[in-house]
Amino acid sequence: MTERAHPSPRVYWVIALVLAALTAVEITIPQVSAFEGVKVPALLSLGAIKFGAVIGFFMHLRFDRKLYRNVFFIGLLGALLLFVIVLLTFEAL
Amino acid sequence: MTVGEIITGAVPHDADHHDVSAIRKVAVWVFLASECMFFGAMISTFLLYRSSGGDGPAAEIFNIGFTSASSFVLLMSSLTMVLAHHSYERRDLRQTRVWLTGTALLGITFLSGQIFEFTEFVHGGLTVSSSPFGSAFYMLTGFHGAHVAVGVLMLLAMVFLLPEGRLHRRRGLNVELVGLYWHFVDIVWIVIFTVVYLLQV
Amino acid sequence: MTMTADQELLPRTGPTGIWSWITTVDHKRIGIMYAVTAFSAFFIAGLEALLIRVQLIGPNQDFLSADAYNQLFTMHGLTMVFGVVMPIGAAFMNYLIPIMIGARDVAFPRLNAFSYWLFAFSILLMMSSFVLGGAPDGGWFGYAPLSTELREVVRMDFFSVGAQLLGVASIAASVNFITTIFTMRAPGMTMLRMPVFVWMSLVTSFLLVFSLPIFGVGLFQLFFDRNLGAHFFSSGGDPLLWQHMFWLFGHPEVYVLILPAMGIVSEVLPTFARKPLFGYPFVVFSGIAIGFMGFGVWVHHMYTAGLGPLAEAGFGVATLMIAVPTGVKIFNWIGTIWGGRVRFEPPMLFAIGFIAMFVIGGLSGVTHSVVPADTQQHDTYYVVGHFHYVLFGGAIFGFVAGAYYWFPKWTGRMLNRTLGFWHFWLMLIGFNLTFAPMHILGLNGMPRRTYTYPDGLGWGFWNAMVSIGAFIIGISFLIFLYNVVRSVRRGPIAGPDPWDGRTLEWSIPSPPPTYNFAEIPHVTALDDYWHQKYTTDEEGRSVRIPDAPEPAVSVADHEVHMPSPSFYPFVAAAGLVTMGYGFVFLPGGLVAAAIGALITLGGLFGWSLEPIDGEEAT
Repeated sequence: MTERAHPSPRVYWVIALVLAALTAVEITIPQVSAFEGVKVPALLSLGAIKFGAVIGFFMHLRFDRKLYRNVFFIGLLGALLLFVIVLLTFEAL
Repeated sequence: MTVGEIITGAVPHDADHHDVSAIRKVAVWVFLASECMFFGAMISTFLLYRSSGGDGPAAEIFNIGFTSASSFVLLMSSLTMVLAHHSYERRDLRQTRVWLTGTALLGITFLSGQIFEFTEFVHGGLTVSSSPFGSAFYMLTGFHGAHVAVGVLMLLAMVFLLPEGRLHRRRGLNVELVGLYWHFVDIVWIVIFTVVYLLQV
Repeated sequence: MTMTADQELLPRTGPTGIWSWITTVDHKRIGIMYAVTAFSAFFIAGLEALLIRVQLIGPNQDFLSADAYNQLFTMHGLTMVFGVVMPIGAAFMNYLIPIMIGARDVAFPRLNAFSYWLFAFSILLMMSSFVLGGAPDGGWFGYAPLSTELREVVRMDFFSVGAQLLGVASIAASVNFITTIFTMRAPGMTMLRMPVFVWMSLVTSFLLVFSLPIFGVGLFQLFFDRNLGAHFFSSGGDPLLWQHMFWLFGHPEVYVLILPAMGIVSEVLPTFARKPLFGYPFVVFSGIAIGFMGFGVWVHHMYTAGLGPLAEAGFGVATLMIAVPTGVKIFNWIGTIWGGRVRFEPPMLFAIGFIAMFVIGGLSGVTHSVVPADTQQHDTYYVVGHFHYVLFGGAIFGFVAGAYYWFPKWTGRMLNRTLGFWHFWLMLIGFNLTFAPMHILGLNGMPRRTYTYPDGLGWGFWNAMVSIGAFIIGISFLIFLYNVVRSVRRGPIAGPDPWDGRTLEWSIPSPPPTYNFAEIPHVTALDDYWHQKYTTDEEGRSVRIPDAPEPAVSVADHEVHMPSPSFYPFVAAAGLVTMGYGFVFLPGGLVAAAIGALITLGGLFGWSLEPIDGEEAT
């Protein structure tokens, strides 16, 4: 299975910069009372974007065999689903 | 494996010569998938107990500024890690050692920050036994820290093995695989930082 | 197919002596070690059961104290699940997966050895508890807050530490098997040309890889509650959290226990019905479906925990639905037998026994899925009847079928047929006499996990029958043991293909040489070996190909690199179990834990720095 060529270092630096910027945004959101209503979805979305960027690019998942992606996402989504259900039974969500 | 691959058959390679690094990569990704369950269980335990501080302190004891700095450090260590891998792919062993050492140092910085933070929290009354919140918090962040520590050990081992020519793609301890582990530990922290710190304050 | 009397067993290849077993990384030897250890554990757990049955043979017996009883039923469960059924599955998976897919070994031979040694030492750790303060006594499911109490006594620490170590061994083995199956199949063997046993092993391994980490978290939480004063399940913590952590693992675990045996049955039936498996894709995909759905039903163990009607109804429906893929398999197995020219050899008898007994167990399981019915059945002997029908009537019958089927491959000799028939009928009768009455006892109100029962409730007669049945089971297994020991030395020589099998493992000598295949086969079909032996004539009947290749015995022309033996897996496993003892006996055990950690680290270092040549099967 041939993998596509790795991204250049420049791409990695750019992504790192984006991650840092997103983190800065994340930190300010809870401090601004105007954002209180959208705090949860905003923080979860930003976290998900950072998560996706590291997985897709730094861990090369976008460019590798689909097998790795499928196996990992079964674990990830499975965990998400199962534990959402658990927390719902406790009415803790 | 997509359904298409299953049906048409992702036929393996030459009979007696297996692509060892691809074999190891499959194993690492399967392991990381299982770690999603491991951390998922601890994160949901924390979420269950996020309001169970009892009489003791809970999320108000957090110092978001400090933890943000730690998070930034760990995030940047993913950059240095991927640059180490890139240097290794180009056979620039000196540069690889530089970036690997940098990653390890950033990891150690992160861990030092955690230890400092925890010491502050303990003095403030938040311990493993002070409340369900305390138990869940320390278990989650403690196991994450342990994972970082194991990663640092592997990084340092590679730094020492590299010049002797004992490190290459067919080894279990290789730059790409350790990189995958390291990045995973970073993304777990992304989740923890969001869910435990940012969302509780 | 026929054994020639003048055929000799191949001279023993490979090293001999105990050191060669300690350092082996050969999947076949590791499989044998799993089998021997698990079989020994089976007798120990069986003894525990017999002691329980002596106590319960009549009302108000005082053969066992309540305390002794609690330890015995807990250890019976723990040993059977973790010390017998799982490792027998591992034995079959270890021995068979590489030779069924045309590989020379698994993906990570040293990790394979590590899994075995960690398993063996951990079982010893668990069993040593009997003489080191007492065995775990909180049930194999260890419910909090009972399990978090009595912290001065280390019994439940043996449970939390022992089960944790066993989990690590299983996760490692599962990663190994998944990787092997995905990456090391012979050329031409697409996923849908793999034997069903390999598919079921794949699903089982995924179940373990995803469920064990959750159990691991729960066990750590239990350990922290007991030893660090944490509040996961006690003093402000919610005991219900333990139940979720346990059953999120515990339910997929039961599919782990049954799927390998289902795989075995799917291999045995076609051979002895002399017909291909009916509906291969359906059998495969229903196995996959069971794997996925197995993660969605765990709350059915918690119907009486007060979760509310929404949760209960939802999981009730999910549980009803999981019977469907299982039913699909049953019908496909029946379709395999139907219209075949059946040979009633011992493997076939046990396989048919599996189908019948498992259906009974499955039916009582379906009654459990109905919430109001289960509310009455819960914690009664009805449940004990149900799960023994699926675990013993299912898994054990399946494993015994596999034992009779593949014993010739593993040892080069046949098991005695007559003794096999005696084993089967005594086991079938004893098994049903033991576990059928439990349904009646349960519906008449007899509770589980209780060391005695009073007179006058009408439970005495059936309990006596149950106890008699248990001893009959014991006798049947003594016959099996005798058969095994005798046949290993003096059984008739089997040859490579005594049953006229369909899959690749029958194309190599019995027992196989270290390298398995002289030439890695190129596969062109499902049941490839069958198609190498037979073709079909104009009327669709099988016709033997006259010049079909005999199994090659001599070493290949090019040199085959087999993985070198290694001492480090043994060391790393020993280090971990030393740590385990240290953690059980905290705080004084901290020294042992530190020493164990150093040994483990040393083992891991040595492991990762071992020379790379010959490191993996190339």
